[in-house]
Amino acid sequence: MNFSLDQLKIMDSIIARYPRSRSAVMPLLHYVQALDGYVTPRGIEKISELLNISTAEVTAVSSFYTQYRTEPAGEYHVGVCINTLCAVMGGDEIYKSLEDHLGIKNHETTADGRVSIERIECNAACDYAPVVMVNWEFYDNQTPQSVKDLVDSARAGKPTAPTRGPKTLRTWKQNSEVLAGLSDGLANEGVSAGEASLLGLKIAKGGK
Amino acid sequence: MSKLTPVLSANWDEKDSFTIEGYKRNGGYNAVAKALTMEPDAVIAMIKDSGLRGRGGAGFPTGSKWGFIPQGDNKEHYLVVNADESEPGTCKDMPLLLANPHVLIEGIIIGSYAIRANHAFIYLRGEVVHVFRRVQQAIEDAYKAGLLGKNIGGKGFDLELTLHAGAGAYICGEETALLDSLEGFRGQPRLRPPFPAIAGLYAKPTVVNNVESIASVPAIINNGVEWFQAMGTEKSKGFTLYSLSGHVNNPGQFEAPLGITLRELLELAGGVRTGHKLKFWTPGGSSTPMFTDEHLDIPLDYEGVSAAGSMLGTKALQIFDETTCVIRATLRWCEFYKHESCGKCTPCREGTWWLVQMLQDLEDGKGTEADLTKLLDLCDNIAGRSFCALADGAVAPIISSLKYFRDEYLEHQRNGGCPFDPVASTIFKTVGA
Amino acid sequence: MTPEQALLETQTAVEMITVVIDGFEVTVPKGTLVIRAAEKLGIQIPRFCDHPLLEPAGACRQCLVDIEINGRAFPKPQASCTIPVENNMIVKTQLTSPVAEKAQAGIMEFLLINHPLDCPVCDKGGECPLQNQAMSNGRPESRFEGVKRTFEKPVAISSQVLLDRERCVLCARCTRFSEQIAGDPFITLNERGALQQVGIYEEDPFESYYSGNTVQICPVGALTGTSYRFRARPFDLVSVDSACEHCASGCAMRTDIRRGKTLRRLAGDDASVNEEWNCDKGRWAFKYLTSRERVTSPMIRGEDGELHEASWPEAIAFAAKGLKGKRAGVLVGGRATVEDAYGYSKFARVALGTNDIDFRARPYSEEETAFLSSVALGLKTTYKDIDKADQVVLLGFEPEEESPIVFLRIYKQFRKRALTVISDAPVASRGSVKLNAKSISDIKTISGLTAKSVILVGERLAEKAGALSSAVDLAEKSGAKLAWIPRRAGERGALAAGAIATLLPGGRPVSEASARVDVAAAWSVDSLPTNPGRSTTEILHALTVKNLDAVVVGGVDPLDISNSALSQLLNSFVVSLEITHSSVTAVADVVLPVAAVIEKSGSFQDWQGSTRTFDKAITDSLSRSDVRILSMIADEMGTPINLPTVAATAREIAALGNWDGKKIAFEKTSEAKPVIAEGKLHLTSWRLLLDLGTLQDGEANLAGTARKASARISKSRAEKLGVNEGEFLSISSDLGSLKLPVEISEMADDQIWVPRNSIDSQVIANLGFVSGQVTVVKA
Repeated sequence: MNFSLDQLKIMDSIIARYPRSRSAVMPLLHYVQALDGYVTPRGIEKISELLNISTAEVTAVSSFYTQYRTEPAGEYHVGVCINTLCAVMGGDEIYKSLEDHLGIKNHETTADGRVSIERIECNAACDYAPVVMVNWEFYDNQTPQSVKDLVDSARAGKPTAPTRGPKTLRTWKQNSEVLAGLSDGLANEGVSAGEASLLGLKIAKGGK
Repeated sequence: MSKLTPVLSANWDEKDSFTIEGYKRNGGYNAVAKALTMEPDAVIAMIKDSGLRGRGGAGFPTGSKWGFIPQGDNKEHYLVVNADESEPGTCKDMPLLLANPHVLIEGIIIGSYAIRANHAFIYLRGEVVHVFRRVQQAIEDAYKAGLLGKNIGGKGFDLELTLHAGAGAYICGEETALLDSLEGFRGQPRLRPPFPAIAGLYAKPTVVNNVESIASVPAIINNGVEWFQAMGTEKSKGFTLYSLSGHVNNPGQFEAPLGITLRELLELAGGVRTGHKLKFWTPGGSSTPMFTDEHLDIPLDYEGVSAAGSMLGTKALQIFDETTCVIRATLRWCEFYKHESCGKCTPCREGTWWLVQMLQDLEDGKGTEADLTKLLDLCDNIAGRSFCALADGAVAPIISSLKYFRDEYLEHQRNGGCPFDPVASTIFKTVGA
Repeated sequence: MTPEQALLETQTAVEMITVVIDGFEVTVPKGTLVIRAAEKLGIQIPRFCDHPLLEPAGACRQCLVDIEINGRAFPKPQASCTIPVENNMIVKTQLTSPVAEKAQAGIMEFLLINHPLDCPVCDKGGECPLQNQAMSNGRPESRFEGVKRTFEKPVAISSQVLLDRERCVLCARCTRFSEQIAGDPFITLNERGALQQVGIYEEDPFESYYSGNTVQICPVGALTGTSYRFRARPFDLVSVDSACEHCASGCAMRTDIRRGKTLRRLAGDDASVNEEWNCDKGRWAFKYLTSRERVTSPMIRGEDGELHEASWPEAIAFAAKGLKGKRAGVLVGGRATVEDAYGYSKFARVALGTNDIDFRARPYSEEETAFLSSVALGLKTTYKDIDKADQVVLLGFEPEEESPIVFLRIYKQFRKRALTVISDAPVASRGSVKLNAKSISDIKTISGLTAKSVILVGERLAEKAGALSSAVDLAEKSGAKLAWIPRRAGERGALAAGAIATLLPGGRPVSEASARVDVAAAWSVDSLPTNPGRSTTEILHALTVKNLDAVVVGGVDPLDISNSALSQLLNSFVVSLEITHSSVTAVADVVLPVAAVIEKSGSFQDWQGSTRTFDKAITDSLSRSDVRILSMIADEMGTPINLPTVAATAREIAALGNWDGKKIAFEKTSEAKPVIAEGKLHLTSWRLLLDLGTLQDGEANLAGTARKASARISKSRAEKLGVNEGEFLSISSDLGSLKLPVEISEMADDQIWVPRNSIDSQVIANLGFVSGQVTVVKA
């Protein structure tokens, strides 16, 4: 199946951002994921053609980075931080209860294609531990129960909104498109900062 | 009056702090206007004089880095911002970008002007979509406001700014791996020399700076060198973001002068989790050797932490109380480094493979005391033998945990397994406890 | 002066640096890496990723040493493969630094934790850098008690290369070679961390013409050649230095023999020619010796029309009788060694009394005869000139397909300093794409060449009327260096040996009386024939019309000449000197078996004119070199040529030396553009490196990596013909047709290109010519 003319135009616009075309390989891979749900052979072959590098070179790049997938992600991809701090604070329990709740393992997707899960590393929100990311949106201060509720809401098609993010959770493919640099216009939604981010500021203002 | 000095975070509590209007309302982009009236070299000199040091971990003087760029060489220059914040415990740049992306853009304009770069890049880790949105919107708005693009502020300075999403690779926080990644290769560190200042992005002179370093520039331009130097300690000038996480009552961001102590910060954070006591902590992320309650009064500046045997790093203070098994923590960090090892060099790739297996055995109580000697010897064969510093980070928690908690390792062996209840360390356990 | 030229200038003045390594001083050129400087002292620092011809990687960390400069020591051991020497540098290797020794032992231990240690069943066992260095620089025993990494094995990354990932130490030599040397990044490091592994994109195998080099430089048994896998142990092999017989690049080779059988061939080292590389054809195409039925005994065609085995004296006598007093010519293929070609040359002049001899078993022209007679042997261009060239012009020449080491040398400079390459090919080959070659359609439009430019002319330029003349003209006017690079290994030597009508050995013109007198004296004969000799097709024509009665044919495939050449032999007396049975032996009156390259000594002249000698690899072979057999026939005819051995022949060639007298002036021909009739396309072709060439017989794994044949036409032509990429075209001439899938390419609208001798595309057999007008329709 070929990419549409509009899609090819977008790919060209991605390449045009960079002084040298090869730099576009990563956003193009994000874009392929936005269209196909993972890094497909047709995506690899198209990127190879557009950037004039070998298919092996594209594969070498795509297989290096964990966000690029070799099989489709769920519509809602749930990453539970299991790096030390989140794990200790409850990430391990959250992850285990999530596996039990969904009946799937790391990197697997539910039969309905709605939810996939992944053990993820530190996502730079340690002051909100334990942290869960859904489609790479922040879900702060999670508990086993809150995450069960979250995936249930997602499977029902009405996912809970992120803690620090847009009002409505977008799908994994839609968010991949954002990472390819294609704006979805939602930047102004959501809070400026979460409570923990403001803690020092509040204390400073309170003169404590 | 607390010691806190909110500068970068000063307006985060405003609903629209991340918008160009919000930023401008608080004096945003005044520094650009000022800097563009200065000679580029004067801007470099000012940053040099301020004593600003890299906030990404290594603490290299930012102004000196800029000064290394050869001028008059008829080559393109590039400024690349390292926003690949991924070091475990580090969580300062993401909230900063979420709440105030424009301060970074303003810093980028000034930095690019200083080093004569006409194209700058922000390499943002890919796992933070909303941060990506905010930065992208900010760039778009800055273009619309004539702050990016051609002839900025009518001063004849041109600057393109490209936002680039990473895709999940901690190693890309290493500046040469970041450059390879940005060029469309696997993010593996490059051989140095040549250093990026001579042959960086596309083999052109390039400065790579951390988000917080660049974001600190506008305030220095606005308020002057003396204002900045008035904060901090002798060799560690200015303010910085300290991030407290883990077993404290109120985790969060605390912007304070360099040299504040954990004791002071803990007080601001409401202390260690109620009913528990401090066991170990990292001063600047997981790759900085851990400290214990002996180190509460160490000044958290580059020299103070270094003198105590660790590194200031990213000022990511991860606090663990006595419910936490230090081997479990160490093993998990080691698994992280194994997962993130780029694979290029032998000691890191193979060493972390081996270390994880040894630590797992030790956590399971299957080791012997001789294994601890072997473990340290392996660390000795890894540290300083690898291509980049990632492997040094991998062994730091092992060496430091063995230094302070050797008996806990032995206790696991005596016990035939981990004596800790993992549930006791969770945050849910304390709810209502 | 361009920056490139300035760089070249600076390279001539080399600054020398003195360093102290393990207490010994050594002085080396600036820029030398510590690991190389240590080698000069005989100090071997263990290493895996380091390779002198690849860019430093510093990846394996095996070569860590302690270094101090100006009294300041590095805080930690440094990779000696990445650090250039400096003045006042003191290096302590594992021999004098306990820290370096422990660091190296530690790295080796890490490398071995995930290695299967399956040396007893590994092809590399016995010649393995990992095995050897583990013994010399490793710990006696591993302390690893954990679980090893395992992979499915082996993975065929092409039909000729197998990958056992668990053996790999991830030194990236193979991937760096593919990218940096061959320009074929079809294998890459994939995944990361402990799962990092060499791999291909599944749909695109490692089909590089140079893939075998990765097997050779793999420091472990991770990459193995399919054909050699599990065939031999290195310590059972006898290695013999040899030269490659496949093309005029001139590669030094190593042939590994076990009990009289070639088990494998490897690239030999010659810094001035092939460095340490060769192409896959040179490496793997050696089964032709055994693939077809070998001629094992002399044979004579009997009354019954069949060939019958005969004794040597019978067969020699039969041949001599058939040739003596007859009007006979000589056709000698382009694979002959210098000594054999000299034998044919002398045999024609002395025993047959004729100048009817030609080594060109291929399309050629009168213009080429003139070029070869007056220009080619005087050309002194070498690989070094390519290294220093400011521009390289390729005319009628596809280096990657027709002389692969020439390609590597050009590519090296292209990669290093973006060397400008210009090509007259009607369509870009993959080699041209890799070199970013600028396409020109008319030689006369080339401008801006200097004395530092190099013009490389292939044998195919003879197929374009006037083009050789234009090339010579271009070189004369610009001062650029000119080289003639024939495709076959023997052509340059055959030209020098006088296996052509117009020249006697050493470039002596037949038309010069003094040259004839010289040679006659050296050969102890009264005189040499003066009649103008015939060329290949003229000889064949003369045989057909009975102007010649007999012909001596050595190693010629008639289908390389024309599709009627074989039938032209039918009514004359044919003496065939051959290795294996062929279409010529099938019609010959007498067949005399000859030795193949590995069974004899001899030499080739590469395109530079350098002599590449080789010894017998199989010492107990009874097969005789062509020259020995020709000498026996000449004796029997009573007109001895006195060349009883290869060594004697070589001595005679050396004694005779080269002509230093008057040269024939090159009479230029004016260019004539082919006229293309309405509705026709102009077809051109060249041979792909891997194709149906007879010397590639019997090696299916190699053939598996050959490029698939396609017909290349322009996009607008494809639209006019109503074909899409991959759909089939029918291409026909008056003599026949062929059917090939379309590959849309950037090229002129009236042009079509097909491979010359590939599966489904044998143009001489199918169309009757190698270039000309064809009718093209959708199939």
